[in-house]
Amino acid sequence: MEKKALLISGNEACVEGALYAGIQFYAGYPITPSSEIPEGLARKLPKYGGVMIQMEDEIAAMAATIGASLTGKKAMTATSGPGFSLKQENLGFASFNEVPCVIVNVMRGGPSTGAPTGPSQGDVMQARWGTHGDHPIVALAPNSIPEIFTETVRGFNITEKFRIPVILLLDEIIAHMRERIIFPEKGELEVVDRLKPTVPPDQYKPFDVTNSPLPLVPPMAAYGSGYRFHVTGLNHRTDGFPTNNGDLIEKEMHRIMDKVDLYKKDIFKTETYMLDDAEVAIVAYGSSSRAAKYAVNALREQGIKAGMLRYITIWPFDEAAIEKLAQKVKFIVVPELNFGQLILEVERAAKGKTRVYGVNRVNIEIIHPHEIIEKVKELFHGI
Amino acid sequence: MSKNTEIRLGGEGGQGLILAGVILASAALLEGKNAAQSQYYGPESRGGISKSEVVISDGEIIYPEVADPDLVLVLSDVAIGPYTRDIRRDDALVVFDADTVKKVPDLKHGKIYKLPFTMTAHDKLGKPFIANIIALGAIVGLTNVVSRESIEKAVLARVPKGTEELNKTALFEGFELAKTIKK
Amino acid sequence: MAFEYEKYIRKGTLPHIWCPGCGHGIVMKSLLRAIDGLKLDKNDIAVVSGIGCASRLPGYLDMNTLHTTHGRALAFATGIRLSNPKLKVIVVSGDGDAAAIGGNHFIHAARRNIEITLLVFNNSIYGMTGGQVAPTTPLGAIATTMPYGNIDPPFDIVKLAEGAGATFVARTTSYHTAQTEQLIKQAIMHKGFSVIDIIDACPVQFGRRNKPKEAPDMMQIQKDNSMPIQLAQKKTPEEIAGKIITGVFVKKDLPSYMDTYYTTIIPKAQAK
Repeated sequence: MEKKALLISGNEACVEGALYAGIQFYAGYPITPSSEIPEGLARKLPKYGGVMIQMEDEIAAMAATIGASLTGKKAMTATSGPGFSLKQENLGFASFNEVPCVIVNVMRGGPSTGAPTGPSQGDVMQARWGTHGDHPIVALAPNSIPEIFTETVRGFNITEKFRIPVILLLDEIIAHMRERIIFPEKGELEVVDRLKPTVPPDQYKPFDVTNSPLPLVPPMAAYGSGYRFHVTGLNHRTDGFPTNNGDLIEKEMHRIMDKVDLYKKDIFKTETYMLDDAEVAIVAYGSSSRAAKYAVNALREQGIKAGMLRYITIWPFDEAAIEKLAQKVKFIVVPELNFGQLILEVERAAKGKTRVYGVNRVNIEIIHPHEIIEKVKELFHGI
Repeated sequence: MSKNTEIRLGGEGGQGLILAGVILASAALLEGKNAAQSQYYGPESRGGISKSEVVISDGEIIYPEVADPDLVLVLSDVAIGPYTRDIRRDDALVVFDADTVKKVPDLKHGKIYKLPFTMTAHDKLGKPFIANIIALGAIVGLTNVVSRESIEKAVLARVPKGTEELNKTALFEGFELAKTIKK
Repeated sequence: MAFEYEKYIRKGTLPHIWCPGCGHGIVMKSLLRAIDGLKLDKNDIAVVSGIGCASRLPGYLDMNTLHTTHGRALAFATGIRLSNPKLKVIVVSGDGDAAAIGGNHFIHAARRNIEITLLVFNNSIYGMTGGQVAPTTPLGAIATTMPYGNIDPPFDIVKLAEGAGATFVARTTSYHTAQTEQLIKQAIMHKGFSVIDIIDACPVQFGRRNKPKEAPDMMQIQKDNSMPIQLAQKKTPEEIAGKIITGVFVKKDLPSYMDTYYTTIIPKAQAK
């Protein structure tokens, strides 16, 4: 039997992806344009015995998500703009204590209350640096409804496997638009669960990686499983207890940061389109990459060999992909719904080997392909 | 590259444009086609500028919004300016509601038509809110982007129980209105 | 027979950080005696805290322990409780942690009647950060951020809990160790949100700027100034002014959040 194609929104695809990945707990607070996610999970999660709770505020929603994850459950929260700002302190707690969780941020116009129903890509840098202190983080930016589904699943896999919080950066356009999707069958996509300790409880140290099958990733016990352990937001030793010993602090900080570096190849994900013979590259992500791909086709019809590099994993940032590109293209154009955020990383990675230009707008409308086309033509013929 | 059909439904909140867009996209899926439906709306549930866009294709839909409109429907004065200015081709159809749009503008491109969706809904069906479905019927009649059977199936799948006959009649009225236009 | 505190204290975590004269350690002992008296399994208890002096308590206990961010302990605890119904969840909080920065979580945990026990170590001051004014500091008292005397009217933790819908509300002091132990037992076994306002002394940050200054005198006040609620109910408002009224203020049997979630929401969703 041929599987049925459905027309669903990005937020609905996120709900389905989370269920596919085995979500067991969701805590949230209503905020446009992400509210369809808690609404969907309120209907569906209890069917699978899971818990969905609407907390008193965004901060509490992030906190409850972490609490649930510490009991061994796959947990998620979703928010947008102002709510993402409110979640940052506890997001740092999750990052520091390597608590697996998925945080969906449907980007809307900002700053402040901004434009609740208008799209933006203004939280790219906040996703990386939103909480205080150096910390590991992963951010994924899908660009279509089917990809929101698969990236939600991949987000859960990454957070469970490597114990790094994963931010799913959607934008209002892809969250609310509807597209065709055929849900994958069970087993079609990989679903990963976190590593559990193999040592007996009295020998368990929550941040000890000595005998971990995954280097730098400590196996994670659950509260209530007979493994009694301590978790604190203070700098801590491998046994979880606070320390002021600078050497131990340095060592643990390095481990959690090095972990991202060690596994970055498993976390990176990019798409290349028509780059092989490209003289001009468009580097894009999220909804802007839809305009970028359209522009590539149109430019090629007009005789300009354009190509696209699309970042699906934004953080950690795949610098090597830009380095390679910078050596062969005349220039790079980065369309973004902000004043230029990811372009800073692109410029940094290009190391001056090619010129980098932005196409930016903050008028709460999607980037139009013709804007990119005009910009590329202008730059191309100006050379 | 297969040419997409790009349709924009413009008006104001409460006119049922988003639902109409969702129905049109669903009809395309029923035919095995690809579709993307997006929208803009403000904070108001009623009133305030609003649009729903549908892109239908036999192949991949690269850009999910309307980049080069084939048809623009305008049901309200507020939607005229922002939603007609990017019409690029002379064969694009621009359909205004004959009653709710007070002053039909001159446009550089596109073929302009006026059809009485609201009046038909009000006078013939006695339900002013059904103008969106009548308009949907007219759009299908004008573009043949999906078949009449598919759009009817998609409408019936999305409307409240007990309103099936009303909606079928509304679609039929829309098909009839489309016939009055000589393209 | 001497009580074996070692049974519940994590090896190598003592000495604790609390100052000489602080009542927190005394309350911790009452908590351990209550847990022991209830014969609870250490594996089935989660102790959660926010930030502040009292919030260091979970680290000393050989249980499932979590030291979170300032004010947010109840929200973390809600996630734990809902996703592992087997766990008894105890939140340890200071007065600033519970009623100022965590005030929103406090009233909503109470409203929800979620099965969590909140112990408020109420010493009327921000101790760890250096004696700043707290939402429980009495009017006129000196704090480092109220050098001319506090003008911020204090919260009554018991009234706050009661008003927000907590179904078990009690008050005691760090002096009344036996009462504290008994109340904690009742609170842990209560089905719903339970709160105990534990009047405590901070000689180092409160005492040194106010009267009395010394820990023994502060403890003496806890003793002399307390009045059981049964007695207080027979007195006039004038007679009980300035007294620390102790005992159980609220004990109601109402549907609890987690219980209701598992007995109504999940079956309803699964039937659909």
